[in-house]
Amino acid sequence: MSDHNYVPSSKLGKWFNDRLPLLSLSAHLQEYPTPKNLNYWWTFGGILTFCLIAQIITGVVLAMHYVAHADLAFDSVEHIMRDVNYGWLIRYVHANGASMFFLAVYIHIFRSLYYGSYKSPREVIWIIGMIIYLLMMATAFMGYVLPWGQMSFWGATVITNLFSAVPLVGESITNWLWGGYAVDNPTLTRFFSLHYLLPFLIFGLVILHIWALHVPGNNNPVGIDLKKPSKDTVPFHPYIVIKDLFALLLFLIVFAFFVFYAPNILGHSDNYIEANPMVTPAHIVPEWYLLPFYAILRSVPDKLFGVIAMFASIFILIILPWLDTSKVRSAIFRPLYKQFYWILVIDVILLGYMGAMPAEGTYLLIARIATTYYFVHFLIILPILGKKEKTLEVPQSITEPVLGGSSNPEMVKKKDLFN
Amino acid sequence: MKNIFKTICLIFLLTNFSVISVAAEEEKKLLSTDWSFKGYFGKFDRGSLQRGYQVYQEVCASCHSMKYLSYRNLSEKGGPEFSEEQAKAIASNFEVTDGPNDDGEMFTRPAKLSDKFVNPYLNDKEAIASNGGAYPPDMSVLVKARSGGADYVYSVLLGYEDPPSGIILDDGVYYNKYMYGNAIKMPNPLSDGLVEYNDGTEATEEQMAKDVVTFLAWSAEPHLEARHKIGFKAIIYLIILALLAYLSMKRVWSRVEPKV
Repeated sequence: MSDHNYVPSSKLGKWFNDRLPLLSLSAHLQEYPTPKNLNYWWTFGGILTFCLIAQIITGVVLAMHYVAHADLAFDSVEHIMRDVNYGWLIRYVHANGASMFFLAVYIHIFRSLYYGSYKSPREVIWIIGMIIYLLMMATAFMGYVLPWGQMSFWGATVITNLFSAVPLVGESITNWLWGGYAVDNPTLTRFFSLHYLLPFLIFGLVILHIWALHVPGNNNPVGIDLKKPSKDTVPFHPYIVIKDLFALLLFLIVFAFFVFYAPNILGHSDNYIEANPMVTPAHIVPEWYLLPFYAILRSVPDKLFGVIAMFASIFILIILPWLDTSKVRSAIFRPLYKQFYWILVIDVILLGYMGAMPAEGTYLLIARIATTYYFVHFLIILPILGKKEKTLEVPQSITEPVLGGSSNPEMVKKKDLFN
Repeated sequence: MKNIFKTICLIFLLTNFSVISVAAEEEKKLLSTDWSFKGYFGKFDRGSLQRGYQVYQEVCASCHSMKYLSYRNLSEKGGPEFSEEQAKAIASNFEVTDGPNDDGEMFTRPAKLSDKFVNPYLNDKEAIASNGGAYPPDMSVLVKARSGGADYVYSVLLGYEDPPSGIILDDGVYYNKYMYGNAIKMPNPLSDGLVEYNDGTEATEEQMAKDVVTFLAWSAEPHLEARHKIGFKAIIYLIILALLAYLSMKRVWSRVEPKV
């Protein structure tokens, strides 16, 4: 934090700022020196903040009309879709907003993986981010249960049943989670309560995430430490604000396409059938953003070890800053890591695809190979690669590679035009 | 700009994945027709909706409920758009139980616009008992509740045929090409000339299937027309705003190197 010396110009402002330095905070946020070479992959932080706020606002309005009761929930959702003014719009924004939120968060996470943003001194930002991601998954899962359709009910049954794999106390845990001996009204009401609570925890963690970011400052595509402020940085406002806004608007065009022209394409048609404990759907599949983990869960033949593998696949990410031993952050200067990175991306997409397919035959085999590779990447490749890999020469400052004209041919072309 | 294109490509790639995975499950190609409500500017065909209501009322309603619809919906914008008088007249054909009155007694009265569609059965158990053990599903959101949507329901309505040799079905079970498992407990509901349309349209099987599925598509998504209309405006608005933001960004960043 570089701007403790901010003094408001008005007397009232100074009086207030001495007692609660909100104006100093605002000045800090405006001046915050940001690397000027950030590319569009860095705009997803702002997009995610927007997604969270949009989910909270639409969610609060939906909660005014929704009824958390096993006999009434499905009807109340139809009431929202039919009779509440623009209820259909609010619900479709909220439902598709969850998918958009995860789309953005996956891009955000994979950006961090590519440019090594999780490495020292940014481990705490990364860990808070991973906790946010975990809470997001919990919130989304519970939100999907609320309409009380067939997929809601059976998804909840499958996921909560995972805890029964815990030795000795498994059954007690699931009964405790359900508030009974099966998924039923008590499960629905507690899921509703928690679904309303968790986003505010996420909001608090987002503030910590940004706070932790503002201590070392942003990483950047070159992945080097910068002097701040310097020729390599620009103030957050207006440079980054306008760029984030532009990126957000492009994102919103995609968002709007889903909401207005394909609002149900990311959902499952069975969720428009009211929950029925007597009828099991042919395929129980979670929402698309949970599919890679679902594939990992199912690729292990033993239930308990499947659950362990699934949770391990997430928790392994938390210790990632210590698994990756390379001192060089950005994949631009790590020719081998760059290739393994793209293999991992394909591996995760493949896992997601296998999660949607029935767990049998070739699908299961591919899912098992992909699961194994996922763990090999983090537990074996990354620690060894950091020690063995010959990295390229890292520049001293951001301006150097650009002026040298080596890494950004487009920029060179533009310069030629202007000369 | 190159990066933006890459991003958009990635987004479409990811979303297509889920579409492909859904599509892969449908092995048989469903029948389809020229639905007026598909596409970015899709609207319901009023004539088709009104005829579809007639088919529902005369053919389906004896077994299938539509519990989320009210009679007032029939005269609302974006729906079949019967006049209010017509909708009132339709409603008054039905009897609903109301009460208790001041004497504490339940009574029956003709339905009003504000009433929900009257259910053909007292409860689900009665519905199942009257239909050979199969529950005739409520049709309010049926089109959204089946993968394949309108095409699927249309295909099932037209998919009745004699079972292929070797397949023996129980009494009261019928062969249907498009139904999951090919067995359905509903006998073929449509036959040429089953209803008499007022507007002179010939009531062929295909025509009735198309009309009733259009009606069901509307009942599953009663605000579809408003959604398409607002969506178009919203996206145009976002494109213009994005363009303005892009120009301002160029302007602001012209002061520094490298430019965005």
